[in-house]
Amino acid sequence: MKIVNSFLTSSVGKKILMSLTGLFLCSFLIIHVSGNLLLFKNDNGVSFDLYSHFMSTNLIIRTIEIGLFAFILLHIYVGLLLTFTNRKLRPKNYKKYKLSETTTFESRIMRLSAVLVLIFLIIHLRTFWFEARFLGATSQYKLILTSFSNLYYTGFYIFSMLLLAMHLKHGFQSAFQTLGIKNSNYNTIINIFSFIFWFIIPILFASMPIYIFLNK
Amino acid sequence: MKLNLKVWRQQNNSAKGKFVNYKIDDVSEHMSFLEMLDVLNEELIKKSEDTIAFDHDCREGICGSCGFMINGRAHGPGSGIATCQLHMRSFKDGDTIIIEPFRAEGFPVIKDLMIDRSAFDRILQVGGYISAKTGGIPDGNAIPIKKEDSDLSMDAAACIGCGACVAACPNSSAMLFVSAKISHLGLLPQGKIENDERVIKLVAQMDEEKFGSCSNTYACEAECPKEISVTNIARLNKYFIKANL
Repeated sequence: MKIVNSFLTSSVGKKILMSLTGLFLCSFLIIHVSGNLLLFKNDNGVSFDLYSHFMSTNLIIRTIEIGLFAFILLHIYVGLLLTFTNRKLRPKNYKKYKLSETTTFESRIMRLSAVLVLIFLIIHLRTFWFEARFLGATSQYKLILTSFSNLYYTGFYIFSMLLLAMHLKHGFQSAFQTLGIKNSNYNTIINIFSFIFWFIIPILFASMPIYIFLNK
Repeated sequence: MKLNLKVWRQQNNSAKGKFVNYKIDDVSEHMSFLEMLDVLNEELIKKSEDTIAFDHDCREGICGSCGFMINGRAHGPGSGIATCQLHMRSFKDGDTIIIEPFRAEGFPVIKDLMIDRSAFDRILQVGGYISAKTGGIPDGNAIPIKKEDSDLSMDAAACIGCGACVAACPNSSAMLFVSAKISHLGLLPQGKIENDERVIKLVAQMDEEKFGSCSNTYACEAECPKEISVTNIARLNKYFIKANL
């Protein structure tokens, strides 16, 4: 109970919850991006559809999926809670406040990138996940081909990946700071992984709609 | 040089404050920022006007009394300095300088640029010390301490409690201040024993005093006159997790 109490009531505990949920969501990105790389296989989407079918029917994956949604909601909930609490703690705003000289761009747009990534996520789930799960779409590959033949939809995806990159650039290394792991001994390894997460993964994700759009 | 100042004037905590414009001539670039305000206050006295209230004491960056937001930066432009160490050569002739108090729920304004920082004292009172009776001066080599730890502890002990970290933070978080105390005491063998209770009590009091949570923007580190590192915050988090497990 001691743990639960500290976590739910203290500011540091809420941040730890934020970082743990964030890192769990990051781990999902690895699975998601590696599976999606099958889109580049030149077999008219046969392998990709097999993979999507496996992901949507396998019991273990379906169970993890529930956890994933729970973690997304928890991440959003704690994020909102912290944002609204913090906002009240400066009773009057500064007339001039040069955060731009003391903080990074990605840390300043964290809340904005969060909201836009969430909007992206809703649209993304509606287009693919919801369509397959509830409306009986049989080929995810065909859905992808149709969606990314649209210039605006493709552009929206690339823009969203840019925002995801910004969110992860601050968020990933930030999680390790909150978990107390970030220090001179681990900085290099954290920075390497951070680069993979904020740079390489969003680029891989963005390259998929571009590839499909150009090959339509 | 000639300067235009926009200074926050507020009669007391419950009064509604406002910015008042002042023009000041003959400012020497060798003056410190506080000396410039002294000159302005002298002029106000001559005109029988109420002087601008601000905190100051040592005027050499070690007491932590002074500090306000100068053109949107805690302790003004530059890094590693308190307001008293800021010189007027950092500004140009004709500049407009906006001067505001450190703003945070935990730091209520007393008057003009003076704020009440007793919240920091109350945080320390709940456990920012070691409770063992230390007796007389012990032999220097009686307790071996790793050089690295003693250096890190001393770096954290450099915190002067000025509150610039809170003022600079977009969340009004006092994590840099609290973590400096946690590291300062927690890295040494005498302080280590009470690490668990200390971190839990200090964090609880920090929340109680209405300071926000850290979102790792590191604005605090950038503005700290003693250049306290944010690795102390990571250490606080580590101790907090350990204390709760």
